[in-house]
Amino acid sequence: MTPVYLDNNATTRTDPEVVQAMLPYFTEQFGNASSMHAFGAEVGSALATARKQLQTLLGAAFDHEIVYMSSGTEADNSAILSALETQTGRDEIITSAVEHPAVLSMVAHLEKTRGITAHIIGVDSRGRLDMEAYAKALGPKTAIVSIMWANNETGTIFPVERLAQLAHEAGALFHTDAVQAVGKIPINLAESEIDMLSLSGHKLHGPKGIGALYVRKGVRFRPLVRGGHQERGRRAGTENAPGIIGLGKAAELALAHMDDEQTRVAGLRDRLEKGLLQRIGNSFVTGDPDNRLPNTANVAFEYIEGEAILLLMNRDGVAASSGSACTSGSLEPSHVLRAMNVPYTAAHGAIRFSFSRENSDADVDRVLEAMPPIIEKLREMSPFWRERDVRTSEFKPTYA
Amino acid sequence: MWDYTDKVKDYFYNPKNSGVLEDANGVGDVGAISCGDALRLMIKVDEPTQMITDARFQTFGCGSAIASSSALTELIIGKTIDEAMELTNQDIADFLGGLPPEKMHCSVMGYEALHAAVANFRGEVWVDDHEEGALICKCFGIDEAMIERTIRGNALTSVEEITNYTKAGGGCSTCAESLEDVLERVNAEMVTEGDLAAEAAFDRQAYIRPVKKGIVNNAAEPGKAPLTTLQKIKLIEETIELIRPSLQRDGGDCELVDVDGNRVMVKLTGACVGCHLSGATIEGVQARLVEAVGVPLVVIPVTQYH
Repeated sequence: MTPVYLDNNATTRTDPEVVQAMLPYFTEQFGNASSMHAFGAEVGSALATARKQLQTLLGAAFDHEIVYMSSGTEADNSAILSALETQTGRDEIITSAVEHPAVLSMVAHLEKTRGITAHIIGVDSRGRLDMEAYAKALGPKTAIVSIMWANNETGTIFPVERLAQLAHEAGALFHTDAVQAVGKIPINLAESEIDMLSLSGHKLHGPKGIGALYVRKGVRFRPLVRGGHQERGRRAGTENAPGIIGLGKAAELALAHMDDEQTRVAGLRDRLEKGLLQRIGNSFVTGDPDNRLPNTANVAFEYIEGEAILLLMNRDGVAASSGSACTSGSLEPSHVLRAMNVPYTAAHGAIRFSFSRENSDADVDRVLEAMPPIIEKLREMSPFWRERDVRTSEFKPTYA
Repeated sequence: MWDYTDKVKDYFYNPKNSGVLEDANGVGDVGAISCGDALRLMIKVDEPTQMITDARFQTFGCGSAIASSSALTELIIGKTIDEAMELTNQDIADFLGGLPPEKMHCSVMGYEALHAAVANFRGEVWVDDHEEGALICKCFGIDEAMIERTIRGNALTSVEEITNYTKAGGGCSTCAESLEDVLERVNAEMVTEGDLAAEAAFDRQAYIRPVKKGIVNNAAEPGKAPLTTLQKIKLIEETIELIRPSLQRDGGDCELVDVDGNRVMVKLTGACVGCHLSGATIEGVQARLVEAVGVPLVVIPVTQYH
């Protein structure tokens, strides 16, 4: 039986059309776009087309606002480092407690090594940003705000357009890690005040190894990678032509499927969520149900642990992911669920199902059939679970 | 994915001896749901022969935690208590064809549960010296005695190994220095006793402590004078008052006992006493206080007024 892939927030299958678009640029059209001969020229025009395709998906005013990089992580790092250099006299960063490590680790590193001050804004139990704390943290010392467009674990969407306005009122730059949002929800950067935005190719059925940073025209930028004139001197290194062209094709396809994502894919997600909650007691959805990515469901199953759930799901041919401690190799559950104050009884058993346009109704049926026995089997083994009448207080460890 | 052996997978997919043992005469509980794994081991001991005739387990945890629990029951059934007590956590890991290093704590959990269950059968109180100061890792509730046992039992010589085997230091990592203290002392003793080669022992001078994310300074505002001691204590008091209603809803409570520098002594009362989630509660109180006061604080639960 074909496995059901519901881990599209981790990575997506490269669309075969994307692969087809890329292939000629490995062999026939292998030239370096910078070269003064025909080999380079053809690549140059293909890159220009790809840039237009991505510009259209982002609703950006100019195609040269896109700077190609190796990944979303590089884009996040570059945006923050650039802002600290260009925003003279400002040495504070505002970010959220639920950011990707690409932002949080960089910020923590800068605190240690450069003595910058970081304001980590908390979220409520649905994962919504504490707007009051955000407004309070903004000030004349704020160099940059970096807040994600949508959270990778829960799908909760942040009001980035409004956050950008507030940042500008304080004279700060606004960057958003939109790695999970691009291709899943409509984006119109020309109409917003967002200064910089990070994205990654492999999250929208494009190839791995390509990402981009949108830098609004007029925003001063200092490159992280130096050594060449590529990308108008903002990111040195010979262009990853197959990657850029693949990302362009992926952007075109994402735009063509945007309605499908909002309606059919969201419908699959909703049906899975409802079905799971109906069939399995002591489970709940995390995140903000009113403001979420259409493809993401994060369901917490109480009194059992995520890695064990995933291993049994994998045996049944269902792929998803978990914020549990054990799957990550760390000993603590997901920083996102902890920031949301999801109780420990459930945080370890939270499973993220993330859909894409490649999923079908049959996939949902398969998962709805597979999950109840898995949860039941593990709960029967759990000392915290007694015949649907849980009395955790009976569990008296000698040390805890 | 973890690189689990086929035997780990088999004991996870088809665990032997899982469930409740109705006529158990020894029960050992270790771990906690807040820590991500917990094990209840139930044993039936035949009094005249001291033979473990049956054993069952209930486990909350990952694949290797469930497999280790099941392996433990297979290893002890048919053994006398004295024979079973000879088992080490390494025996559990070996039975399964090995565990990934980061998962060795699952085998240690099995070892600890066995000792707790035997103590319970014998009517003894399982060594639990949680007297003040003995608890080293507050995130996972690991005391010095357990760390020492595990260092000796497995000839551990690095802090990373201690974390892999006991989870101690795997959370906020503020206990890193205490772990180094214990490791240095125990390794030195092991060298003296001839259990460890001197060159293998932990060398504190050569050790570089890994940098972990520090406490984020949330409330500090530029240009603002630091709080006076009185202001700080007042702020701590006010914040604890704000936290209390949520604890009271669960039948617990928390009161401020003393503040000494950056150490905040609190007393948990009501349902918090003996609650295995109290470690998480303390952690939560600490996070709220650090946020409110804007300086690093350590919250220490105390049982009595001094």
